Amino acid sequence: MITVNKKGRLTVLGAVAIGASVALAGCASGDPLESGSDGAASGDALVVGSQAYYSNEIIAELYAQALEAAGYEVEREYQIGQREVYVPELEDGSIDVFPEYTGNFVQFLDDSVTSGSPEEVEDALADALPDGLTSLPMAEANDQDSYNVTREFSEENGITSLADLADFDGTLTVGAPPENETRPYGPPGLKSVYGVDVQSTGIDDGGGPLTVRALLDGSVQLADIYTSSPLIAENDLVTLEDPENLILPQNVVPIVSDRVDEGAQEAIDAVNEVLTTEDLQMLNAQSTEDKDTSAAIATEYLTEKDLL
Amino acid sequence: MNWVWSNADFILDKTLVHLQLSSIAIVASLVLALPIGWAANRVAPLRGVVLTVAGLFYSVPSFALLVVLPTIVGYGLRSDTNLVVALTLYGLALMVRSVADGLASVEPDVRQSATAVGYSSWQRFWRVEVPLAGPVLLAGLRVVAVSTISLATVGGLIGINGLGLLFTDGLQRYILEEIAAGIVMTIVLALLVDAALVLLGRALMPWTRGPSRAERRQGALVGAAA
Amino acid sequence: MNFFLEALAWIVDPAHLSGPDGIPVRVGEHLLYTVVAVALASVVAIPAGYAIGHTGKGRTIAVALTGGVRALPTVGLVFLLALLMGIGSTPPVIAFVVLAIPSVLAGAYAGFEAVDRTTIDAARAMGMTERQIVAQVEVPLGLPLLIGGIRSAMLQVVATATVAAVVGAGGLGTYIFRGLRSNDYVQMVAGSMLVIAVAIVLEIVFAIAQRLVVPAGVTAGRPSDSRAPASRTRTTNEPLQEGTQ
Repeated sequence: MITVNKKGRLTVLGAVAIGASVALAGCASGDPLESGSDGAASGDALVVGSQAYYSNEIIAELYAQALEAAGYEVEREYQIGQREVYVPELEDGSIDVFPEYTGNFVQFLDDSVTSGSPEEVEDALADALPDGLTSLPMAEANDQDSYNVTREFSEENGITSLADLADFDGTLTVGAPPENETRPYGPPGLKSVYGVDVQSTGIDDGGGPLTVRALLDGSVQLADIYTSSPLIAENDLVTLEDPENLILPQNVVPIVSDRVDEGAQEAIDAVNEVLTTEDLQMLNAQSTEDKDTSAAIATEYLTEKDLL
Repeated sequence: MNWVWSNADFILDKTLVHLQLSSIAIVASLVLALPIGWAANRVAPLRGVVLTVAGLFYSVPSFALLVVLPTIVGYGLRSDTNLVVALTLYGLALMVRSVADGLASVEPDVRQSATAVGYSSWQRFWRVEVPLAGPVLLAGLRVVAVSTISLATVGGLIGINGLGLLFTDGLQRYILEEIAAGIVMTIVLALLVDAALVLLGRALMPWTRGPSRAERRQGALVGAAA
Repeated sequence: MNFFLEALAWIVDPAHLSGPDGIPVRVGEHLLYTVVAVALASVVAIPAGYAIGHTGKGRTIAVALTGGVRALPTVGLVFLLALLMGIGSTPPVIAFVVLAIPSVLAGAYAGFEAVDRTTIDAARAMGMTERQIVAQVEVPLGLPLLIGGIRSAMLQVVATATVAAVVGAGGLGTYIFRGLRSNDYVQMVAGSMLVIAVAIVLEIVFAIAQRLVVPAGVTAGRPSDSRAPASRTRTTNEPLQEGTQ
């Protein structure tokens, strides 16, 4: 017969167990169900966000540390995946500062913009931004898509520009991020502007090691790699020229909410004024080769540039 | 290996978040499975329906569910709630079967005795049936716990916080140690939670610990004499 | 709700049904990974499972292995292997084989264990050799549970095979990730629905196979299940479902 004692103990132990697991769930990093998706930052802290892209996180950290050096309190929300997620958060004030890329962001907001010079795209972006969001002056640093081939391929076939591809005899496959296929500079654009038929193989590593590996292995002939990637120089790849300006420029541009005042904007501008594409390549290399954290990389760079 | 040591706090942070999210889903799976499993056990035709639905639900690929849920429910894709709900649903699909089987394994004689002694249905359920079904429930819960912790890494593909982020970041930056660390921590976490559940089971169900030494010796003597 | 209708429209759109990126091609790739992975897993797991089931030894190792693989995040394994081996189908398939082995293994030995001991004793009494017992008694009688294990493995691999698209190996995940990264929710939902559909079709095929595979004599003479003793051991009809990834 089950006595009252054992039952009681069972219930108590059960309750303790469940309580403990819930308490465990509640402790440590705070409410897991929040993660910046609702509510503004605590107090006066500015929230700096980044995409799920290591290079973008480094830039975000540059802004974050520059703001802290200027006396602002900063909270970080890095590795947010999708624009659909962080753009509303920017609009409602959950995020205050976000490093973006002119071309892709203006495309997201207004897909009629398909090409132009860096300045034209920057202006288009400023026009397309919703109320409550402002774009600060862009940096010279440009993290565009670029089509690359191996040195051998380039020399063997005399291909140094996208215009040369039309003469190539054989199938062309490009290893590219999945979204490349739907972008205006993807296979449809290559066809209409340069007359080239290209098959796309989606590789979702952000133009990273798998994509380069595929190129070197010969699994693909072209690789869509972002211009800030240190892998281009490391592997002696040839970036094909784009005489028709098919590929959208992607200058680094900070998007800020209304809570970012003039002083904060100046701090961020100071960073953007010095950031070049070469700098970005160097910063990225520190992340992928030296495997440093974005915080360490940012501190070193800002110290060098006397911005801390 | 150096990378792991210098980024230990980052890894630990991801592990804790991962544990938090998984724990909520595991507990929710259990809590929700009890009434459903009970109903399935009580009402005969319902049993077939519930188990079939649970089985079919299992066919829904996790990544697909994570993608489709927000369009149905309306919360954000990256939202941690998305992951917790998806994990809970899978845990529920597994757990319902365990609850139904566990409750079914309680012998009718025992149930009748309990009623005869004066327990109400509610009391009988909590004080007789659940404890007796305990081992089966525990076995199911352990599977749910381990599966959930492993499954939660898929969230990283959409940018949901947790150990899965170590995979995407490690892939982009070509840091093999980071991916390996993610794999190892997931397994370690799963095994720790599994062990914790076993201990919890022993504490809550002392009668399942097996024969004592004296009893075993008796058994051996009897066996030798036969 | 709107998304589902749009996704359905996307799926039946003839433009999406042809060409190297068409739905039939992607479904084919997806199924190929699944079938190859489970087949390879079976080659390893079925003999091992039979050995465990017949001799009764090695069960604890098998259970521990199952637990360990259940905890292994397949996504991480695929990424790791891809970085080591390059893009293409090999890294994902290896990871899927690892994922599939425990279910098939469990199906194999559970099938053998479910065979009534008295039946086996009778077979021995009749003079059958061990090999004959395995081939003529245990294998046929254990088939339903083995099929159950293979079914479980197939389902897990189908679900996880979406990851193959991340490392350039195609499959139905292509639509999901492309939709995700291009903000094309319709394509994303369409890809998801296709995976779910394939999974459900496989589930039904295997459920039927499990019924058909029971030898005729067994269904005729089997005592009803409700007499199964209410013991502490699991009395389920199929190996406990593993987790999808």
